[in-house]
Amino acid sequence: MNKKDWPLWEIFIRSKNGLNHKHVGSLHAADAQMAIENARDVYCRRNEGVSIWVVLSSQIVASDPDEADALYEPAKNKIYRHPTFYEIPKEVGHM
Amino acid sequence: MLSNEELEKEFQAKIDAEIKIEPKDWMPEAYRKTLIRQISQHAHSEVVGMLPEGNWITRAPSLRSKVILLAKVQDEAGHGLYLYSAAETLGVDREDLIEELHTGKAKYSSIFNYPTLTWADIGAIGWLVDGAAIANQVMLCRTSYGPYARAMVRICKEESFHQRQGYEIMLKMAKGTPEQKQMAQDALNRWWWPSLMMFGPPDDKSIHSAQSLKWKIKRQTNDELRQEFIDKTVKQAEYLGLTIPDPHLKWNEERQHYDFGPINWEEFYQVINGNGPCNRQRLKARIKAHEEGAWVREAAIAYAEKKQAKKTAA
Repeated sequence: MNKKDWPLWEIFIRSKNGLNHKHVGSLHAADAQMAIENARDVYCRRNEGVSIWVVLSSQIVASDPDEADALYEPAKNKIYRHPTFYEIPKEVGHM
Repeated sequence: MLSNEELEKEFQAKIDAEIKIEPKDWMPEAYRKTLIRQISQHAHSEVVGMLPEGNWITRAPSLRSKVILLAKVQDEAGHGLYLYSAAETLGVDREDLIEELHTGKAKYSSIFNYPTLTWADIGAIGWLVDGAAIANQVMLCRTSYGPYARAMVRICKEESFHQRQGYEIMLKMAKGTPEQKQMAQDALNRWWWPSLMMFGPPDDKSIHSAQSLKWKIKRQTNDELRQEFIDKTVKQAEYLGLTIPDPHLKWNEERQHYDFGPINWEEFYQVINGNGPCNRQRLKARIKAHEEGAWVREAAIAYAEKKQAKKTAA
């Protein structure tokens, strides 16, 4: 990549208070402030957001999908963590 | 370690089970290549597509129509950016994609090589060109590659405004003075056939179709989408009181579809290969904008670096 190219930023938008920031895509910008301003124009043209996070794409560390089996294995055989594992008599009502 | 063959089998099984493919998942090289080609050309089409409409921003007939057209053209820029962003998840750089557009290695939709001669063309583009694009893009909301599908969902939400504003322009002109109505008819005459060509060559001539369907990059064939578009549009033209320029257009009771006349594919290939009315003009405008913006991009980087250096020193 040409050194003079603007770096890539990942954009996260909170659509309204009470909800999480959610990843919406990426864009190029020279710095963080410009990334926020560009994100407003690219991802919020119709009031889609009340708050924007920008993170350099190069700073994101992601899990490896090839290792997903091993990574999530500990949760797979613990069905007792789910409420449906337990039998509660009907007479008790909703619990 | 799984062999390539086993990996490909697993991959196809995921596709068949409607599990989306995400950027870091294993995928066949040809799947990656097809997506890069398709998504980047889709992005280029959005960007080049700003040119024929931009042509009328300064001459829009009212302030209302001017702000609407501005918003629409800005949306097209946004759509190009969503798509470049999706393409970049496949490991390509934006600059390389743009370079391919400028050298002519990458194509864009042939429709944008036609000129916008009158204000009615802006109506016809919104109604027909965006209408055809919507048919294609609604299908692509279910494409197998996650980032592409998500970009399409965003785009489809915004395209509906584009088609409605186009139809509104057509409606105003078709119900206006005889001259205005004539202008609307003339725009329909010129944009109808190129719009049908937007769906690409017929299924038996489409080189990428079979594999793309198997990989669920595409979910419907070119001919299916084209038929769907025609069936929807005929009624809309009737309401306008305009005539679709196809003497063979006729409802087929048995097929429950409209029959239509032969498409001039020779024209399609001529335009794709650079000989449309505006090919040279469009590329020239894109390259000029890119080159004349270079100093701005460089200055912004220099400024960002200077600010960063100051922060580090402090």
